[in-house]
Amino acid sequence: MMTDLENFRAETRAWLEENCPAEMREPIRSEKDAVWGGRDQSMLSPAQKAWMDRMGARGWTVPDWPKAYGGGGLSPAETKTLREEMAKIRARNPLNSFGISMLGPALLKYGTEEQKLDYLPKIARGEIRWCQGYSEPNAGSDLASLATSAEDKGDHYLVNGQKVWTSYADKADWIFCLVRTDKTTKQGGISFVLFDMASEGVSTKPILLISGNSPFCETFFDNVKVPKSQRVHDENKGWDVAKYLLGHEREMISGMGLGAAGGNPLVDGAIATIGLDHDGRLADPLLRASIALFEVRSRAFGMMSERFIDELKAGRAHPAQPSMMKYYGTELNKNRHELMMAAGGSDALEWESERSSGGAGPRAWLRTKANSIEGGTSEVQLNIIAKRILDLPSN
Amino acid sequence: MPLYLNDEQTMLRDTARDFVAEHAPVSHMRRLRDDKDAAGFSRDLWKSFAEMGFTGILIGEDAGGLGLGHVDAGIVLEEIGRNLSPSPFLTTAVAAVEALKGSAQANRWYPGILAGETVAALALDESAKHRDSVALKAERSGNGFRLSGKKQFVTHGHVADLIIVAARTAGSADDSNGITLFAVEKGAAGLTAEAERLADSSIAARLEFDNVELTADAVIGEVDAGRDPLGRLLAAGRTGASAELLGVGGGAMDMTVSYLKERKQFGVTIGSFQALQHRAAHLYSEMEVARAAVLKAQQLLDASDEKADPAVSVAKAMTALATTLSVQEGVQMHGGIGMTDEYDIGFYMKRARVLAEMFGDANFHADKLARAAGY
Ligand SMILES: Cc1cc2nc3c(=O)[nH]c(=O)nc-3n(C[C@H](O)[C@H](O)[C@H](O)COP(=O)(O)OP(=O)(O)OC[C@H]3O[C@@H](n4cnc5c(N)ncnc54)[C@H](O)[C@@H]3O)c2cc1C
Repeated sequence: MMTDLENFRAETRAWLEENCPAEMREPIRSEKDAVWGGRDQSMLSPAQKAWMDRMGARGWTVPDWPKAYGGGGLSPAETKTLREEMAKIRARNPLNSFGISMLGPALLKYGTEEQKLDYLPKIARGEIRWCQGYSEPNAGSDLASLATSAEDKGDHYLVNGQKVWTSYADKADWIFCLVRTDKTTKQGGISFVLFDMASEGVSTKPILLISGNSPFCETFFDNVKVPKSQRVHDENKGWDVAKYLLGHEREMISGMGLGAAGGNPLVDGAIATIGLDHDGRLADPLLRASIALFEVRSRAFGMMSERFIDELKAGRAHPAQPSMMKYYGTELNKNRHELMMAAGGSDALEWESERSSGGAGPRAWLRTKANSIEGGTSEVQLNIIAKRILDLPSN
Repeated sequence: MPLYLNDEQTMLRDTARDFVAEHAPVSHMRRLRDDKDAAGFSRDLWKSFAEMGFTGILIGEDAGGLGLGHVDAGIVLEEIGRNLSPSPFLTTAVAAVEALKGSAQANRWYPGILAGETVAALALDESAKHRDSVALKAERSGNGFRLSGKKQFVTHGHVADLIIVAARTAGSADDSNGITLFAVEKGAAGLTAEAERLADSSIAARLEFDNVELTADAVIGEVDAGRDPLGRLLAAGRTGASAELLGVGGGAMDMTVSYLKERKQFGVTIGSFQALQHRAAHLYSEMEVARAAVLKAQQLLDASDEKADPAVSVAKAMTALATTLSVQEGVQMHGGIGMTDEYDIGFYMKRARVLAEMFGDANFHADKLARAAGY
């Protein structure tokens, strides 16, 4: 007799086998290879689109959300099983989305029923691509000092101001945005609103990064009309939503470097360039030692991630624990890419060649440097751990 | 299995925490040291460990034990680590019990262990660094064997009732086969122990086997097939040492964080200085990651999962790294007082160093992982 979970595993395996296109079982080569969904789907290859749509139709882009909101309605154990089966065939993530990893959880907690029914299924099917309007030129780590204003006009707000570092603002359909609805208090005067980037008065300007890519924008709001029905949670209570969402953003970022099962690009890469000596050890003993000690931390962090997820599900995790995960995971990821560059030698320096997939390696290396900045810097995470977990005094 | 303690394990932790803190706090270790206690631990305390049932944690219920697993043994070890309690628990109730499991020797030794009367020592290392190689010779002699060679870093080796010895019955030092595990009784003729106090004030012996005669019964498991029980012994010992390290690192961290909240300089508590806050927060992160690694290794061992071996190496290496950081930051953040013998933090540093070395240090285990991964 098979248990329900064994049945589920067998069915899932069969379904994935049939529905996951071969192209979607290859590792992602560059940032451009990732699927983000949205109104403009022209950038997707047929296989990418098919994979996203098939998974979306089952609710498996967000397997543990309720079915009513476009999710798969799976239990934690089934969700884990699905992930394991996907990892086995090295299936790609069907959809990368700030909607899934950030906004969705916040809406599930703070949205009205109407908002949930309206937005969540579209997020699950990858129909709206979202961007995050938090940071401003003078409000980065000190996010609550933000100034973008939302003036009360009865049934709507009039939004004016500027955001910065808005990832993919030029490609996004909608923005989730922090605005000031009360100037007299700091945290207590912020509201959380959603609006269409095609609204009149919204403009964006890309910012070029050290990786040579430009997924970031300055974003300007000039008398943008935002209906009040698009405010999430109460007026002036946006900071609660923002913080909750940041917790999820940190979780997402902390897990980015972990990679799926099977193969170890760092070790494989080092063996390919440097080779093994007569004893079967990497021919550069110092690099070998660095990689081996890195691997200890990296594997232990993988176990920490498992523990963190288990504790989250059981409601046992300390609410500030995502800060620890984000801090450790991003510092490790930077470390991994430094080692990959060292292992790659001069091959890892090529920036445009076809051989290097357009410099995917060095560009990724540079991109990881932002991991410990975006979503709150490492220093900010350490402050949070010190104050909220270790209970150390403020000055 | 989720990676946290279940309700029974949480209860066991609370019991163990109270018991060890009450009966064997750091002051207990300090007293044994100041008295230059020749055993290095208290037999009375070992008896009360038995009364609590702790010595039978890994012994099956059919043999009168509690029939629990490595997670549970680790719970006790973590408290031992936190209180720096000198105890034969790791060598006896964890490593020796695992080595003897399923062998005829189990019947001989389990009752004494359960009663808190038997103390076991492990004679494995032959050089100052833990290695996989075994050179100590066991030659056939009549019906039995004759052992000759040396072992070192044998904790409790000078007073142990039972010494488990890894010896070579075939092949050469680095071969993986041809090893046999022996149970040697206290007072065996030809066996001498030179007891040495270590930096942490525990006592380990250098043993010399000069044609020590053993009967065939002394073999644990099968002749030449000692890798099996030795592997179990090492997996249990390494995982147990990791749990104890976790306790040492966690104890040092707790002391340090408390001190940061107490000590005032420049008119404020030093814990309000961001430079120290960040280091404390980093230390916390390392310790949390180490904790996850230990629990994972324990659970995989309990499930007899084939992935247990690498997880054990990750746990041993990771706890050594994190705890080393914890004790170093502990002494540094205590400032001058951290260097005094009167204050406890230095004891944590010494114990961490000993445990980090035991059953292979961080480099040994990182190397092991690297080889297994093919580089
Ligand atoms: C790749 C990338 C993507 C991003 N995506 C988005 C996005 O989509 N949407 C969005 O809204 N924002 C985004 N951001 C912005 C990001 O959240 C901010 O850059 C970040 O919060 C830091 O703010 P800042 O750049 O103003 O740096 P600052 O706050 O000026 O910090 C400068 C330095 O001072 C340190 N520092 C500041 N305060 C403290 C303190 N209290 N204690 C100790 N050290 C401190 C910081 O750690 C840092 O090292 C992104 C950033 C990057 C790099």
